[in-house]
Amino acid sequence: MSAIVSIKDLHKSFGPVKVLNGVSLDVEKGQMVAIIGRSGSGKSTLLRCLNGLERVDSGDIKVCGHDIHHPDKLNLRELRKQVGIVFQSYNLFPHVTVERNITLALTTIKKLPSAEAKKIAHNVLTLVGLEAKKDAYPEQLSGGQQQRVAIARSLAMAPELMLFDEVTSALDPELTSEVLKVMEDLSKQGMTMVLVTHEMAFARKLADVLVFMHQGKVWEVGPPEELFNHPKTAELAKFVSSDL
Amino acid sequence: MTSFSFLHVEYLLQAALWTVLLSLVAFVCGGSFGFVIALGRISRSPLLRRLASLYIQVVQGIPLLVVLFLTYFGLAIAGFKLSPLMAAGISFAVYCAAFLGEIWRGCIEAVPKTQWEASECLGFNRFEQLQKVILPQAFKIAIPPTVGFMVQIVKNTSLASVIGFLDLSRAGQIINNSTFQPFTVFGCVALIYFCICYPLSALSKHFERKLNVSNR
Repeated sequence: MSAIVSIKDLHKSFGPVKVLNGVSLDVEKGQMVAIIGRSGSGKSTLLRCLNGLERVDSGDIKVCGHDIHHPDKLNLRELRKQVGIVFQSYNLFPHVTVERNITLALTTIKKLPSAEAKKIAHNVLTLVGLEAKKDAYPEQLSGGQQQRVAIARSLAMAPELMLFDEVTSALDPELTSEVLKVMEDLSKQGMTMVLVTHEMAFARKLADVLVFMHQGKVWEVGPPEELFNHPKTAELAKFVSSDL
Repeated sequence: MTSFSFLHVEYLLQAALWTVLLSLVAFVCGGSFGFVIALGRISRSPLLRRLASLYIQVVQGIPLLVVLFLTYFGLAIAGFKLSPLMAAGISFAVYCAAFLGEIWRGCIEAVPKTQWEASECLGFNRFEQLQKVILPQAFKIAIPPTVGFMVQIVKNTSLASVIGFLDLSRAGQIINNSTFQPFTVFGCVALIYFCICYPLSALSKHFERKLNVSNR
């Protein structure tokens, strides 16, 4: 197994506020790593550092062979071909159809011919169960369907690593489960995934590694069952019990 | 004294053509330059941003009438003798560029930041982001304010008469001087202005509806 993500002693501040305070974490190929923690614990910022959306102040961070801490040497475009991200608010392009949402990056960035891009779009849409919706506009879809399209859009770029930033937080339980199902399938197919989530049951059941973040640090890390059943710190114990 | 006749109407219609021509020059030249100004305002380079906003502030701070005087009489003293059409065209282009630039900057910024983020994460560079994701959405937002501004411009072309440009209003004045039938003459002038401006507004509504349908 080889590490796709390797983070050592990462620091990041927004002005006077220290958001990441010495984070270290490795993600192996094929793993699903779930990051949990309170609001403001730095989970989302950590995730956004992984694809270069946020600049890092200090520390080592390597993702898919790219050294993210040295932006001058960093080829962001290459990095982003390898790392997909899905957001809480879907962020589909509202002015084009579902299919075009997916093919836009394929024809623009990967320079694929239209027919080939459409074939890929068909494949990924089938994967998320929405091939019938290819001609719809994002507005016409439910939140869960939009989020599945957003996942398909990322998948189409054939990334090595997928990041999920609280992707179900804006959805009701029924729509949440359809999105989680897609993520579960992905994981089973061997996709390396890092997710920030509040879906404790999902994280507990499917994550290979659970990370509890607190005050900008990795407070506890390990197999989910162990963390849920035997939290070593008072903070995690409190966080886990408040979820029940 | 002559009374208002069909010949006068023909004269008015000819003048209206000049009004339309000046409006077109204002929109095409001012719009192209205004687009560059809008891009300058959202540029990553602080220098370009400052230059663009300086331009907007200066032009917005000067009455159009004074811009007209400056280009026609001012440049003549500097040795550039321009025809009234040329001077009016330049003045209106300069003026429109500042306003359209600022209107369009607002429209570009009205596209949610998350659209920039999402396209950036897919690997788009800044040019591709603008071209494929941001501008198509900004375009739709821009239609009503742009058309509104253009209707203003059509009417403001009457100001160009001060430098000898024979537009619709000026033609009305001239006819009225010989016929003394202000109500008939300016009623006619008003009607022609309306006939130019109304289709613009109607076109805008049509576009809005069309774009809305494709988004629903």
